[in-house]
Amino acid sequence: MSRWIEKHLKWVFPAPAVIFILLMMAFPIIYTAWISLTEWSMSAVTPAKFVGLKNYINLLGHDHRFWMSVWRTFYFTGLALLGETIIGLGLAMMLNRDFPGKNLLKTLFLLPMVATPVAIGMVWLLMFEPTIGYMNHFLKALHLPPQLWLASEASALPSLVLVDVWQWTPMMALIILAGLVSMPSDPFEAAEVDGATPWQVFWKITMPMLRPTLGTAVILRSIDALKTFDIMYSMTQGGPNYSTETLNLYGYSLGFGYFQMGAASSLLMIFFAIVMGIVIFLNWARKGALA
Amino acid sequence: MKRFHRSFVAGLTVIMAAGLVLSGCAGKTPETKPTTPAAETTTKKPFEGVTLRFLASQHPWTDTIKKDIAAFEEKTGMKVAMEVLAEGNLTQKLTVELTAGTGTVDVFMQRPLQEAKQFEKNGWYADLNAFVKDAKKTPADWDINDFHKGPMAVETVNGHLVGIPLVTEQEIIYYRKDLFQAKGIKVPTTMAELEDAAKKLHDPSKDFYGIVMRGQGNPAVTQFSSFLYSMGGDFVKDNKFVMDSPEALKALKTYGDLLGKYGPPGVLNMHWQQASALMAQGKAGMWVDANSLYLNVTAPDKSQVGDKIGFAMFPAGDKGVAPYSITSWGISIPKSSKQQDAAWEFVKWASSKEMVLKTQAAGNPSARTSAWNNPEGTKSWPAEWVEVAKKSGEVGKPSDRPLVINVGKARDLIGEMITAAINGKDLEAVAKDRNVKLNELLAEENK
Repeated sequence: MSRWIEKHLKWVFPAPAVIFILLMMAFPIIYTAWISLTEWSMSAVTPAKFVGLKNYINLLGHDHRFWMSVWRTFYFTGLALLGETIIGLGLAMMLNRDFPGKNLLKTLFLLPMVATPVAIGMVWLLMFEPTIGYMNHFLKALHLPPQLWLASEASALPSLVLVDVWQWTPMMALIILAGLVSMPSDPFEAAEVDGATPWQVFWKITMPMLRPTLGTAVILRSIDALKTFDIMYSMTQGGPNYSTETLNLYGYSLGFGYFQMGAASSLLMIFFAIVMGIVIFLNWARKGALA
Repeated sequence: MKRFHRSFVAGLTVIMAAGLVLSGCAGKTPETKPTTPAAETTTKKPFEGVTLRFLASQHPWTDTIKKDIAAFEEKTGMKVAMEVLAEGNLTQKLTVELTAGTGTVDVFMQRPLQEAKQFEKNGWYADLNAFVKDAKKTPADWDINDFHKGPMAVETVNGHLVGIPLVTEQEIIYYRKDLFQAKGIKVPTTMAELEDAAKKLHDPSKDFYGIVMRGQGNPAVTQFSSFLYSMGGDFVKDNKFVMDSPEALKALKTYGDLLGKYGPPGVLNMHWQQASALMAQGKAGMWVDANSLYLNVTAPDKSQVGDKIGFAMFPAGDKGVAPYSITSWGISIPKSSKQQDAAWEFVKWASSKEMVLKTQAAGNPSARTSAWNNPEGTKSWPAEWVEVAKKSGEVGKPSDRPLVINVGKARDLIGEMITAAINGKDLEAVAKDRNVKLNELLAEENK
């Protein structure tokens, strides 16, 4: 026995990790893939019925709600990512210089990130309330017209983006700040000697050197943003009239609202493929930028 | 020696890691404790050491029963671990845990009209007849015949008694007595008068709105049902959805116009919680919803205008007054529970004459004749409320939603019609389209 273990040590040591991954990650994915080919209402009495690709055909072929939720998933992610990257970059540049109270400010920036998402949802839900909420109070104080926020189909999704930006910009800022801090100082000194303007320094030196960091930050954040569920579920549950229903929420409603586990699983498989595709694409784009 | 040592360490690592994985899995299986059957024990506390997990809905009934649970625990010796969730979340949590079938839930509250068919089809209910008909487990004075016939019929699916009815309710109008008097408005008895009253009360420049009701599609369906019945329509006729009939369209338009023209901003995102909050804060003139929710707008700790709220019967449509009068909540035991006797002990207690009288006196209309006949049972309620509840019960319809298996999906589709009606856009087209989808759903279920 001990000799056998010794001989296969390189297999034995990683085995627990491999078994864990197989049990906890591969199995659920394969099981979901299997359910996606069946029709099953979560009942133990009536077993799952194999229907082949019917669920996929239904979703991809003529499900308006599915395509709308695909679009909203991208819309939400794109808009949130844009806001978070630009504001995050600005914040990081600001934090990269010395001023009194800098560390306190850095700590404060972390607060939205560490707060519980459902609690955040509840707080923003109150702030967005059109009749008694703070946001409209604030707008009125600035002599701007009050908004319906989450209560109108047009503004509900952008309102959710606002919450996401508020919550996750600090993370972007921190990653970018790490990139800024680790930059060598000689190119900047050389530029100063040569008389470059701050604008030129930013575009010709800071940005190119920051690109790998930005790429990583964008990949990390986009995976998370695509999968956002908590704040949406706690604030709108996909409403009003499905205007904030992303793929995740539609999958949830198919599974736990309608008991259509097969359809829900096929949606999740498609979603899985989309997220994978985007990550591969972004990674490829990042490597291209490096080369 | 060194060699032995190395392989020993390697072996140990594997064993420990395996143990870690196993214990990780084992952590998810629930702890189950043995149940002592009630009949066999002679000790004072027959259920000593039993912990009962009770999933409850956020509801005034739950608030009332919570106060007495300590006494029940004291009497029986068991512990009741109660989890309170909003109704939609409760259904979802139940679905997941009952599917797993590991016996993690012992007692739960259910909405028979929403869930009974689906849960029974999935084989999740314990048949309570087994307990009710067993004289050893249920004393004669618990008295099954004391329950109203309608609610018992709703709780019986395929001959199985799937739950004991707890709360019944009807749809009524809540209105601001002071404002009606000040403006000389008559309490509405017809749809036209309802709309007229909303119009006269509506004053958005002062953040005051004529009427508030549920505007979120899916939850609004039940409150819309009374409008539908009163206009002479129904969800399903001759086993076909008829939500595109002229009666249904008229009901949809009435509901949508009321909220679209005289409702508060953001109504599309409102469930009863938001609607009642506006009423309680004195920002709305009328609220149309279930009478069982009245404490939310009358209790002094919840409402700024509690003493100014009046109650009126649902108004007459083209075909007279026809509000729903339904069993909104019941209490059930899942088949998978491993301590069913203890669970029944709790259900029996919660639905006993004594407790029902208590919960009813605290404002939860029950399904027990004895509680209604006892003056104690209605003493603390506003006389006007009791009057309206009795009258509504006489003319009411027993269901407030289409009785299909997949109620959730049907409600979403009808909810889309309601949203279109509130937005005042393409109502007819949306109704036609969704009605086709509803019939597809029904055909699928009847296959």
